[in-house]
Amino acid sequence: MDRAGKLSTAAETKWSVGEVLNRPWFWPFVALGLILIVDGIVSPGFFSIRINQGRLFGSLIDVLYRGTPTILVALGMSVVIGTKGIDLSVGAVVAIVGAVMTNLIHRDFSPVSVLFLTLGAGVLCGLWNGLLVAFLDIQPIIATLILMVAGRGIALLIDEGLIVTFRSDFFSAISTGEFFTVPSRILVCIGSFIILWLFLRRTALGLYIESVGANASAADLAGVNAKLAKIGAYALSGLCSGIAGLLICADIRGSDSNNAGLFMELDAILAVVIGGGSMAGGRFYLGLTVVGVLIIQGLTTSILVSGLPAQFTMIVKGAVVLIVLLLQSSRLRSMVFGAFRGRRG
Amino acid sequence: MSEPSTPRVELKGISKSFPGVRALDAVDFRVEAGEIHALLGENGAGKSTLIKVMTGALLRDSGTMLLDGTPVELTSPADGPKLGISTVYQEVNLVPTLSVVKNLTLERQPMRHGFISWKRANERARERLARLSLDIDIERPLASYSVAIQQLVAIARALEDDTRLLVLDEPTASLDAREVELLFGILRELKSRGISIIFITHFIDQVYRIADRITVLRNGRLVGTAPTAELPRLKLVSMMVGRELGAMGVRPTTSSVVETGEPILAIEGMGRRRYMGVFDLKLRAGEVVGLAGLLGSGRTETCKLVFGAVHADSGHVRFEGKPISIRSPRQAIRLGLGFCPEDRKAEGLIPELSVRENIILAMQVKRGWWNRVPFEEQERVAGEMIKAMGIVTPDADKPVGQLSGGNQQKVILARWLASKSRILILDEPTRGIDVGAHAEIVALIRRLCGEGMALLVASSEFDEIVAMSDRVEVLRDRHKVGEIAGADITRENIIHTIAAS
Repeated sequence: MDRAGKLSTAAETKWSVGEVLNRPWFWPFVALGLILIVDGIVSPGFFSIRINQGRLFGSLIDVLYRGTPTILVALGMSVVIGTKGIDLSVGAVVAIVGAVMTNLIHRDFSPVSVLFLTLGAGVLCGLWNGLLVAFLDIQPIIATLILMVAGRGIALLIDEGLIVTFRSDFFSAISTGEFFTVPSRILVCIGSFIILWLFLRRTALGLYIESVGANASAADLAGVNAKLAKIGAYALSGLCSGIAGLLICADIRGSDSNNAGLFMELDAILAVVIGGGSMAGGRFYLGLTVVGVLIIQGLTTSILVSGLPAQFTMIVKGAVVLIVLLLQSSRLRSMVFGAFRGRRG
Repeated sequence: MSEPSTPRVELKGISKSFPGVRALDAVDFRVEAGEIHALLGENGAGKSTLIKVMTGALLRDSGTMLLDGTPVELTSPADGPKLGISTVYQEVNLVPTLSVVKNLTLERQPMRHGFISWKRANERARERLARLSLDIDIERPLASYSVAIQQLVAIARALEDDTRLLVLDEPTASLDAREVELLFGILRELKSRGISIIFITHFIDQVYRIADRITVLRNGRLVGTAPTAELPRLKLVSMMVGRELGAMGVRPTTSSVVETGEPILAIEGMGRRRYMGVFDLKLRAGEVVGLAGLLGSGRTETCKLVFGAVHADSGHVRFEGKPISIRSPRQAIRLGLGFCPEDRKAEGLIPELSVRENIILAMQVKRGWWNRVPFEEQERVAGEMIKAMGIVTPDADKPVGQLSGGNQQKVILARWLASKSRILILDEPTRGIDVGAHAEIVALIRRLCGEGMALLVASSEFDEIVAMSDRVEVLRDRHKVGEIAGADITRENIIHTIAAS
């Protein structure tokens, strides 16, 4: 017991190297840093940011800009994974939301009501998933697979099987415009992040979600409302996919139900895992999930600028993801760094 | 039937050690041909280890084993069945979703031209069931049958034509009275065919109904073997819990004997079929009520029913005189109940969350999810609790899974104190805790009681019950069999109450 007391004073005064290596944020940041450095070497102008026609330009901005929809979807995914669940339907929700939005615009709804109804459609999709998981006790992977499969069908029904386009200055401004030189979708993303964080961490919902994900029976005996935690998580995921769908739809100025958000769930899951989230649930890290997306997006950009043939993109991506995940494995680390830490102890 | 002929199985001087534990210490054990032999003992007595050594699942360190007079050497679990020793373990290792036939042919399928011959598989399955005079539709999934039938299917699977010894590890744990009768009928039938049966159970009544002889183990040692007819219940219970009668636990003079006053919680006729027999219970402020009983007597079951973690299917509850029903832990917590479960790791702690988050969890639940406990308050409450309870942790943000057992238990206690619980249910509060922390927790329980809390403490340690309780509810075979109060609370009285038939 005394020994534990002494250890604590050591930990308080300075972070030892071993401590830092075990912090969840350490390896994702190292990976992102390395990828950015490689980017800088491969393309010399990578870090330069200039203002062109009243708008920020540069590769870094580009990484952020392209990554925005995935960041939003991945944030929702990280919350769901925190409950020990998974949401496969996010890509389909993106398509549904796009179809709903296009349809409403064609029915001459005011932009603000389109905005709210569209996001409402996203939340509704999330609630559906949540009901299946929390009340009917369907395994999350199956429950959300239902909407993943049916969702594109629903979107096609709304579109009547066509690619429908529209013009809307309001939504173009939100998605592709800029605000004080900053691309507005980046601001939308930052805003969503802050609201989500406040909602999860300034209420007890985040704590409930993590308790239920880490040990469902202990959470139950402590009185935690597991149904609320699960429904809340899926609804938030639906909202996040809704915002992403809105940005994507406004970007292409139309609804492409067959392709909008296709395979997005895979990048989102990957980003959560790269950001240190465990598929076993129990903890979610919103900030690190963003870092996870930036790693994937930075990687894609560096492969493009390096001039590697496009067919290598997937292979390199896979290899880098594997390396990042191996770095995060505490077991592998203790094998590699074991000798080093042995000297400390 | 137990004339001094060659015993079916004779074990001599069996020892088996695991790292840090001497699981069996020179145990002698003897089962006659065609007898039902009950093997009894509390947690850690060595029953399972002895069975595993006998069936080849574990290798013994020393000792000899004779089967019908011939020395045998079992080196793998497959050796048992070859020698005619069949075992049905406690965790029924059948697949509920598969049909009865498939379950009966799991490890050996009759093959024909390289494919499974289902025709022959069906024939074999029917033969096996016929040995137990069981006539059921073998195509249906196992899960569609009652637990009793599933148990019989497990026995049918274990039984071979040449089975000489059948080992049953707690076969009646989840059976109701009628189903137990059905099983016993079959056991008597097997016995009449000359098969020896080793029967492990916690139900004392069942032992006296079915067993010819009884062997008791304690802490890896043989306490004794005797014919059932010559072993009174009292003697049996004393053998199981250790120490001769008369050597009683020291009972400190408890200051607070609250015999009067309106109970905070009054329970009448609470119970659940197949789970726990109907019981009454009253808890008053400033009173510790002990739940005493042997392993499997229904201590944990009682705790879970009272807390609403398992739904009672009968009973009335009054809280401060008002009739209520407790349907979920959340509701119980809102009323001011708290529960420290026996299995801390599986049901108590949220290992990934910090000490702070684990402590404030129930407090947060009481306030509702929208009304978050502010971070400063969380830190303050956690800090106070860490200090008051003497929780040893580098800081409040350490994941609780990394603390020692005693400190984890204190964190769960702190959770309920922080949420201002008035009624605390503690199931084995000192299990798996080192001696120092043990005393601390017992002292803490007395202190909380002195502060006006009502406590329900379940423990397998009678000395602990005697030392802490103002009143003791005695349980046996999942029924409440008596209540002892005040100065009458002695180890001897508890044992007498358990043994009384």
